[in-house]
Amino acid sequence: MAPILVVVEHADGVVKKVTLELLTLARSLGEPAAVWLGPGYGDTGASQLAEYGVATAYVVDNSDMVDFVVAPKTEALAAVVKQASPAAILIASSAEGKEIAGRLAIKIESGVITDAVAIAPDLTATQSVFGGSTIVHSTVTHGIPIITVRPNSTAPQAAATALSRVDVEVPVSEGARGAKVTGRTAATKASRPELSEAAIVVSGGRGVGGPEGFGVIESLADSLGAAVGASRAATDAGWYPHQYQVGQTGKTVSPQLYVANGISGAIQHRAGMQTSKMIVAVNKDSEAPIFELADFGVVGDLFAVVPQLTDEVQKRKG
Amino acid sequence: MGKRMKIAVCVKQVPDTWAEKRLRPADSLLDRESAEGVLNELDEYAVEEALKIQEAHGGEVTIVSMGPERAVETIRKALSMGADAGIHIVDDALSGSDALATSAVLAGVLKDRGFDLIIFGSESTDARMSVVPAMVSERLGLPQLTFAQKVDVNGGTITIERQTDYGFDSVEASSPVVVSVVEKINEPRYPSFKGIMAAKKKPLETLSIVDVGVAAGSVGTSAAWSVVADFAARPPKAAGTIVSDEGTGGVKIAEFLATNKII
Ligand SMILES: Cc1cc2nc3c(=O)[nH]c(=O)nc-3n(C[C@H](O)[C@H](O)[C@H](O)COP(=O)(O)OP(=O)(O)OC[C@H]3O[C@@H](n4cnc5c(N)ncnc54)[C@H](O)[C@@H]3O)c2cc1C
Ligand SMILES: Cc1cc2nc3c(=O)[nH]c(=O)nc-3n(C[C@H](O)[C@H](O)[C@H](O)COP(=O)(O)OP(=O)(O)OC[C@H]3O[C@@H](n4cnc5c(N)ncnc54)[C@H](O)[C@@H]3O)c2cc1C
Repeated sequence: MAPILVVVEHADGVVKKVTLELLTLARSLGEPAAVWLGPGYGDTGASQLAEYGVATAYVVDNSDMVDFVVAPKTEALAAVVKQASPAAILIASSAEGKEIAGRLAIKIESGVITDAVAIAPDLTATQSVFGGSTIVHSTVTHGIPIITVRPNSTAPQAAATALSRVDVEVPVSEGARGAKVTGRTAATKASRPELSEAAIVVSGGRGVGGPEGFGVIESLADSLGAAVGASRAATDAGWYPHQYQVGQTGKTVSPQLYVANGISGAIQHRAGMQTSKMIVAVNKDSEAPIFELADFGVVGDLFAVVPQLTDEVQKRKG
Repeated sequence: MGKRMKIAVCVKQVPDTWAEKRLRPADSLLDRESAEGVLNELDEYAVEEALKIQEAHGGEVTIVSMGPERAVETIRKALSMGADAGIHIVDDALSGSDALATSAVLAGVLKDRGFDLIIFGSESTDARMSVVPAMVSERLGLPQLTFAQKVDVNGGTITIERQTDYGFDSVEASSPVVVSVVEKINEPRYPSFKGIMAAKKKPLETLSIVDVGVAAGSVGTSAAWSVVADFAARPPKAAGTIVSDEGTGGVKIAEFLATNKII
């Protein structure tokens, strides 16, 4: 049977959570196979992939994959697709994942669907568009469906199998080596989970009042093992780094739990968090639109409520 | 660079983000008439970056947009910010085009015109695929300098800071290149009254798909390689529990989270 090919997202040899989700999803569609692009494939990654049901891992151990922007990865992936003849290709809906998907669609002449939140066994994708207000079912009608899937769409479940490694040699073309990575800079190397992947996101908005105010937000996030997010009012004011902005022109998140603190709930903010499974809001204005979305809301001062919540979470953790 | 730098900026007209967007029941396409059309916000940053580069290095800025008749307003807006000329690709056959067709049309216009820099926004606020810049780079075989939070031009060498989850990558390429910019890169200027008046006289080329070398049968709804099967409004959410903080608001949230097995 034609496999469901999953492109592995990895860092320091470790498979990211979103990939484990994609592998779980792939198992509901067929037999998963994995593609590892770039260096780093080792025992850690291999055992994670085996644990999540991968029988074949295609490995392209070539540093061009990371030394140049996206184009080499796409060439390598196209080569693997040719070899594996998959029924579908699943890629995480990260910024780079979507770029790979788009370029691959041109290379292998296939339709592409981005930001799926579910995929049915007949490969119909569910997209949640316009900030979550509309649910769309779409299908690829030409070529091998290329579908990017949002993090937190599926709960990862293990299903161990025996894995074999297939090395794929891909001579990267000169044309694909045009945009060279000359350095990597970690901005604020937080020990927190990645915003778009996190199971819990704790966000602060203008109500936080200033950069220092994010202290209470971070403490709550750390007690919950959560990522920190921010509204544009907060990032524009320079209170929190821009890459943590949630919304229309920031990141889209759909965690198990989203906690909005001092955020009014403007339509552009909602566009990035409306599909969260559960939403909690703290705002001193009982009329704030964020309460329309909230499963649980507290009308009150966040500087009283949030630290108390943090203490309570700590207490319950024992 | 000995010659004048030629910069293209690709811009899309989108429904105002303040408006509720919806699909048309008849053909599952975005209802673009029901909301005011505006210049995609992220593309304002692309226009601004082009103008800043022009101010520093000279050259010419051309706005390129594919879209219905009224997308010309969007091109005018960019011209009123200070760009020099516009190209509008408008054709009834384009309605319902997928990302593959959109990138093919844009690549068709952009190739052979000698652009040194082709600048995009990083995402449209309506469909939000965030793929078109990479796809145009693929089609034109040009280096991809996308998600730039900073762009430096040094002769024919273009360097950017590419935004990543952990911070940024420094990336370098030789022109011609494809660039896309993120929001934090600059502060887009407002068109001045003078700019608005001047924009009316700036050259605007209107092209059909035949003019850009794309076959009519390869774009639009019927040629799309992905189709919408059906769609529905998201079911309204059941009203949540909202309480006033009487000194135990934090504890109450913790209880709610515990009941739902989050903690
Ligand atoms: C094209 C476009 C794109 C945009 N993209 C985004 C985006 O990606 N993300 C985004 O977030 N926004 C975006 N915006 C901006 C958006 O419209 C709002 O301006 C923004 O979300 C407001 O942020 P806020 O809720 O933090 O601030 P405000 O709307 O000012 O709300 C602050 C809230 O904090 C409450 N508050 C104040 N003090 C306290 C306290 N001590 N305790 C509890 N509550 C308190 C207030 O009651 C108020 O409800 C965009 C706008 C446009 C036009
Ligand atoms: C709700 C919805 C879902 C869709 N889903 C899919 C899908 O899954 N697969 C698919 O193939 N198509 C899909 N489409 C169609 C797709 O949106 C269009 O083909 C669109 O032109 C390209 O995608 P984008 O707007 O998301 O562009 P993005 O890739 O987000 O745009 C990035 C940048 O490209 C430039 N750009 C984009 N469009 C134009 C333009 N017309 N003229 C000039 N510059 C432009 C701008 O600089 C912009 O900032 C969808 C459309 C809608 C409304």
